[in-house]
Amino acid sequence: MLRVIPGNTITAAFGIETGMLTEDQLADLRVYYGIDKPLIAQYFSWITSFLTGNMGYSYSTGVPISTLTKMALPVTIEVAIIGTVLGVLMGVSVGMFSARKPGSIRDFGGQLFGLLALAIPGFVLSTTIVTVMANKFKYFPNAFEYKAPWQDLWMNAQQMLFPGLVLGIAVAAPVMRTTRSAILETADKDFVRTAYGKGVPAKRVRFRHVLRNSLIPIVTMTGIQFGYLLGGAVIVEKIFAMPGMGRQIVDAIEKREYATVQSSVMVFAIMFVLINVVTDVIYRRIDPRIK
Amino acid sequence: MSNPTKERGIVHYYLRSTSGIVGAVLLFIMVAVSLASLFKFTPHDPLYQDIENLLKAPSSNFWFGTDNFGRDVFSRTIDGMRRSLTVSITAVSIATVVGVTLGVIAGFIGGWFDQLVARVSDVLFSFPAILLALAIVASLGNDWYDTAFAIAIVYTPIFVRVARGPVLSVKEMDYVKAARILGYSTPRIIRQHVFPNVTAPVIVQIALSLSWAILTESGLSFLGLGTQPPNASLGLMVAEAQPIAAFAWWNLAFPSIFITIVVVGLNLVGDGLRDALDPARRSS
Repeated sequence: MLRVIPGNTITAAFGIETGMLTEDQLADLRVYYGIDKPLIAQYFSWITSFLTGNMGYSYSTGVPISTLTKMALPVTIEVAIIGTVLGVLMGVSVGMFSARKPGSIRDFGGQLFGLLALAIPGFVLSTTIVTVMANKFKYFPNAFEYKAPWQDLWMNAQQMLFPGLVLGIAVAAPVMRTTRSAILETADKDFVRTAYGKGVPAKRVRFRHVLRNSLIPIVTMTGIQFGYLLGGAVIVEKIFAMPGMGRQIVDAIEKREYATVQSSVMVFAIMFVLINVVTDVIYRRIDPRIK
Repeated sequence: MSNPTKERGIVHYYLRSTSGIVGAVLLFIMVAVSLASLFKFTPHDPLYQDIENLLKAPSSNFWFGTDNFGRDVFSRTIDGMRRSLTVSITAVSIATVVGVTLGVIAGFIGGWFDQLVARVSDVLFSFPAILLALAIVASLGNDWYDTAFAIAIVYTPIFVRVARGPVLSVKEMDYVKAARILGYSTPRIIRQHVFPNVTAPVIVQIALSLSWAILTESGLSFLGLGTQPPNASLGLMVAEAQPIAAFAWWNLAFPSIFITIVVVGLNLVGDGLRDALDPARRSS
């Protein structure tokens, strides 16, 4: 699909000098990059080598795409995990807080939080954070090489805190809404009334009876959101100068590196499938009735 | 919708929901300023560079201040809102028509066509929206209709799913079987017996999709893949404001607030519509 973009790798690599190449040279280059064959042949050679772990080479740097992905993927996965954890913590607690007394002031406050978290785009929040932090606290998003938490915890925290927070707020909104409605629904059930009637402490009812039985929709929503975070990270990675998958794709689109785009998008699709598997496993853990 | 009492009923129930009213008011303001911009009623020309008034703070002349080229931020903001709404409305209209048509037909006739439509939308679903839109825009170009088309492709599967679901259950209903035995043609059954069952969820979905489309459009513009300078777009204005926001906050604040207001408005309208159209929720 991306091949429709006007221009190809050769024009991207040589710029306006492309016009000075002879027809013979152009033909040689096409053979070199493998773009002389028909699209369908290119697709099959790509998919067969992808399955054997060879994701192709980045045309502009000559580095294998699998090497690039190995460096970029942990960044995106870590920021997505941090975002999801923060988002679930915020979303579930605000949702429970809201559902305690539907229609009250605190419910209104909780819902307002949910609505704003939903409506403020990630790039607005990130830009605001970067501006305020740079101005007031002399903090700048650094473009240093990514360090895993076990390599340099402090550096990692600097790199991950704010992007994780921005993504977390984006996740918190739908999780909060789902939590609120799931809890309101469960709280109406007979077994909850029975539990209160038996004299079970209210706090215990809220966590052990109501929350426990509201988890399925919350987990579903979290799984969906985690998948979207991987994509939503594109914008956040750009603003916070993080060397992740999102930036890899955006850069590749700009350089017309089809192999990089295809392989990276494929990695995203595989991640999506994995997340679905993980969500299914979690379902079984929370609800033994699901086989 | 030929029954007038039913129509009055929906408006009546809609007005009973507070969030619906607030949302409608917010949305009305945003549409009004966009129309003002469409008919060139902006206080200043959104593209005019007044070099004597660079980076002026908000004042009675420049309501939202000016940017680093001396352009009026208020005029640019409402012009950007108009562009965002144009792209989003176009995109969601295409997505609604194509998605609902495909969803209803596929769900009703079933078979290989249904399988094809369902699988293709599953595949499109498995990509994060912004990523898919990004790839499509990169392959199409930067005109506003390219952006609209890309967003339309991304949101079509949602409408396919929203329309197909009710159709699958409705087509097994006795009244549909009866209509078939009576010898009604398939188009007539779809029009009279199936379609009315999908309108309510589709209408709610339109409001929500519009809000996501606006977020996607501004995100693309922010990345430089949507509206191109010097034209104004809310996302692009935020991107342009980034380097100067530290000493000219109005450049960042007003476009951001406008995006937030319109998305909040659309979500509230969506909530209001859902409450009004769902008989189970009317009791409260």
